[in-house]
Amino acid sequence: MSERPTKKDEAWRYADFDALKEHWPDSADRWETVDVAAGETKRELVRLLPDPDLVSDVTRLKVTVGDGGRYELFALAARSRYGRLEIEATLGDGAHFEFGGAIIGKARATNEFIVRVNHEQPNATSNQTVRAVLADKATGSFLGKVYVARGAQKTDGSQSSKAMLLDRTATANLKPELEIYADDVKCAHGATVGELDKRALFYMASRGIPPEIAERLMLQTFVAEGFAELGDDKAREALEADALGVLEALR
Amino acid sequence: MLDIKDLTAGVEGKTILNGLSLTLPKGEVHAIMGPNGSGKSTLAYTLAGRDGYEVTGGSAALDGQDLLDMEPHERAAAGLYLGLQYPVEIPGVSNVNFLRTAVNAQRRARGEEEISAGDFLRAMRKEAEAFDLTMDHMKRGVNVGFSGGEKKRNEMIQMAMIEPKVAVLDETDSGLDIDALRVVANGINRLRSTDRSILIITHYQRLLDYVEPDRIHVLKTGRIATSGGPELAAELEREGYDAISAEAA
Repeated sequence: MSERPTKKDEAWRYADFDALKEHWPDSADRWETVDVAAGETKRELVRLLPDPDLVSDVTRLKVTVGDGGRYELFALAARSRYGRLEIEATLGDGAHFEFGGAIIGKARATNEFIVRVNHEQPNATSNQTVRAVLADKATGSFLGKVYVARGAQKTDGSQSSKAMLLDRTATANLKPELEIYADDVKCAHGATVGELDKRALFYMASRGIPPEIAERLMLQTFVAEGFAELGDDKAREALEADALGVLEALR
Repeated sequence: MLDIKDLTAGVEGKTILNGLSLTLPKGEVHAIMGPNGSGKSTLAYTLAGRDGYEVTGGSAALDGQDLLDMEPHERAAAGLYLGLQYPVEIPGVSNVNFLRTAVNAQRRARGEEEISAGDFLRAMRKEAEAFDLTMDHMKRGVNVGFSGGEKKRNEMIQMAMIEPKVAVLDETDSGLDIDALRVVANGINRLRSTDRSILIITHYQRLLDYVEPDRIHVLKTGRIATSGGPELAAELEREGYDAISAEAA
């Protein structure tokens, strides 16, 4: 058992500690391991849906992807109080790691994705896309780190994170981070926090679309960007439908 | 059809419309012309109910219904259409989805039955083609990647599909090359009907070479300075807006 994290631990600094202490260490201080053999592909979907009775929900995955393997993880985080999905992925030569996630929160919910990708070998690629929609006093965080070891040439890692605040009282923490020790790599990252485009909302209203439908249409599209790389249409649509259900309950 | 009386409105406490009165009868096409800053776009936005445009006096009614008392989407359902000078891009929401949502929302608000997906797509294809756009355009995000001219033509497609009672076209002709101008003008002429009124807001006479309005109004400092028949356009082109102000003064 390790000690309960505090605000001083960088990977935990935006966590809901009151919620966390109720479950530490029982369910929270535990890593699940996922091994993807060389050349294999594995895909996982994680749904942290609203649940008023669940105080905290921490899922931590240690993923190892063998040479040429591929691991895809798509997640919807919308716990009512505290939801955390933490992933540490270590990639072999030519492996790929794909993470797509959406955070949707209202009231005082805290949901977070903590991702660390270790490019230990050359030629591996990783892509992370996170979208967050936050209302009331909700907090949504994405701490995404791409680590490229000295010998990991030809690494290609990208991160895109965007948050939409529906109320000025909501909080988004987006922290894309790069730690690179190789010199022949491509790493791109972007993070934006914004509000719904008022001009677009007026445009839709001027065509007769009521504000709640206009808002939902825009948020639905925004959130779906988090799942855009999910190649299985059925699985993607199901995830989008779950997200829409959560969005509809936001207001 | 559209009755505007003594309308006073402005932005951020600054009065821009200054007691504007205008009656647009059913089935007629009127043009509002005027120099920069005369209040043309403010009139359009005030009628449509855009945030930040504050009405301080007067009235505006569509078919006897008080427009100023309604939310923007309710004004649309009541039959008002605003063709924007700068149509907005909405990435991720396709033109098809956007417009079908709009048409059905209006129908629901009026207690009418929604249009089926098949009927809608057939009608949309027809209108898109009439305005020289394709269904490929329509499947893209609203106005995303559209040229200036394509955006304006898209405004006309939306108008054709929505079938408003009153259309206010705010400088729909600006930024159009001569071919696109003809396409839009032909469209306006096609959408002219005995039970629809159209208010064309324009800077230049050239659109009026193709669409002959029943009346032309000249807007100066927030009110109608003068009105006349279609011949007024040529006069303005010759004499300029300054001559009107001299006359009005």
